[in-house]
Amino acid sequence: MRGRSGVRIRVDRIACDGRGLCAEILPEWITLDDWGFPIVNQAIVPEDLVLAAEDAVEVCPKLALWLETAST
Amino acid sequence: MLDEIERSGLLGHGGAAFPTAKKLKAVLSQPGRPVVIANGTEGEPASHKDRVLLARATHLVLDGASVAADLVEAGEIFVVVHRDVRAAVDAAVGERRRTGLDRASFRVVTASDRFVAGEASAVVNWIARGKPVPLGKPPRLAERGLAGRPTLVQNVETLAQLALIARYGAAWYRSLGTPEEPGSMLVTLLGALERPGVREVEIGIPLAEVLARAGGPTSTLQAFLVGGYFGTWLAAGPSLSRPFSAQGLGVGLGAGLIFAFPTGVCGVEETAQLARYLASQSAGQCGPCMFGLPAIAGEVTKLAQGRLTSTEVLERWLLEIDGRGACSLPDGVAGQISSALKVFAPEVAEHLDGWCTARAGCRILPIPTGGPR
Repeated sequence: MRGRSGVRIRVDRIACDGRGLCAEILPEWITLDDWGFPIVNQAIVPEDLVLAAEDAVEVCPKLALWLETAST
Repeated sequence: MLDEIERSGLLGHGGAAFPTAKKLKAVLSQPGRPVVIANGTEGEPASHKDRVLLARATHLVLDGASVAADLVEAGEIFVVVHRDVRAAVDAAVGERRRTGLDRASFRVVTASDRFVAGEASAVVNWIARGKPVPLGKPPRLAERGLAGRPTLVQNVETLAQLALIARYGAAWYRSLGTPEEPGSMLVTLLGALERPGVREVEIGIPLAEVLARAGGPTSTLQAFLVGGYFGTWLAAGPSLSRPFSAQGLGVGLGAGLIFAFPTGVCGVEETAQLARYLASQSAGQCGPCMFGLPAIAGEVTKLAQGRLTSTEVLERWLLEIDGRGACSLPDGVAGQISSALKVFAPEVAEHLDGWCTARAGCRILPIPTGGPR
């Protein structure tokens, strides 16, 4: 289901290889550190960024990102 | 029994102080036959309390593991121990087999000697695959851990406390300690103290009294490292009269380490040494840790050598790596070094100007060198 709200972006740090596609798709929410690994805003993704967040999850070549429904 | 444990307020003594009853419930709520792991890995190189406990009160730990196994209806208990105490644990397990009083069966495993090897998922990974490194992402161990079974991983000291609660009850357990942090705990007292070693102390007594259990300081102190090498530095002066508890000191008690750091020794050099050690202990699985820790260690080393003019980049990296690993090694490094920069601020300022004022030598924290690490 596309466009669900109340989600956070999570990263499997072991799977993540620092390809950086996520930060290109969602620069408002994901930046890269000095070594190219994503720094993800851990707040609930705002409504207007949820579709882009889903794209970022889909485009990751290492399948290292997922959206987690926030419990609070 | 579960209610009794909940009433006791028992918290984990491995480092994270997680409520034990909550962990038991999480495992109980899962389908499938659980496994219990008694974790005596003690990867923290300066800590000795788990080894001392396993050597001196082996059966108490095994009693607790047996109680936990009965509670969650586990048939198998893995006891993971430091190699120094393996023989003692083997002997005790042999005695129990002969008596046949335990419902669950025990298996003893020698722990891996690496800093991150004691993290719960790393212990599971070690038993299952011989890889002492943490596992990434969910499911949680309580859902699917060892061999896909619900897995309860408890520090050996926590299990010993559990055994005592099973014997004497929650009210007895709460007769020591504070309402939020009940009971006693084993601490490893190190540094500038008359008689360093492992002591059992009531949580909440003044820190000065804890030090007195080790004969008191041998010199004036400038700081304490509390919790472990992943812990927090505290300035000595204001801390001495505070209660020894997470609430009283405002920092986690971690694995119960207290290192008394004397005046005259360079806190910056000590921090650099710790940073290099911790960087060497990264499992190399997660980018921010694999690259960030050596970079941070390099920056602190430059600072110690008087080759840094600003801590701006270092402080940004410390903020950035926090929370970005499969285990909490990066968080621990960030917290420990950030606290060092605050507690040793005057010495940091001197180093930025190219000076070190320490006159009593340096490198006093015991840091393992050599060997397969």
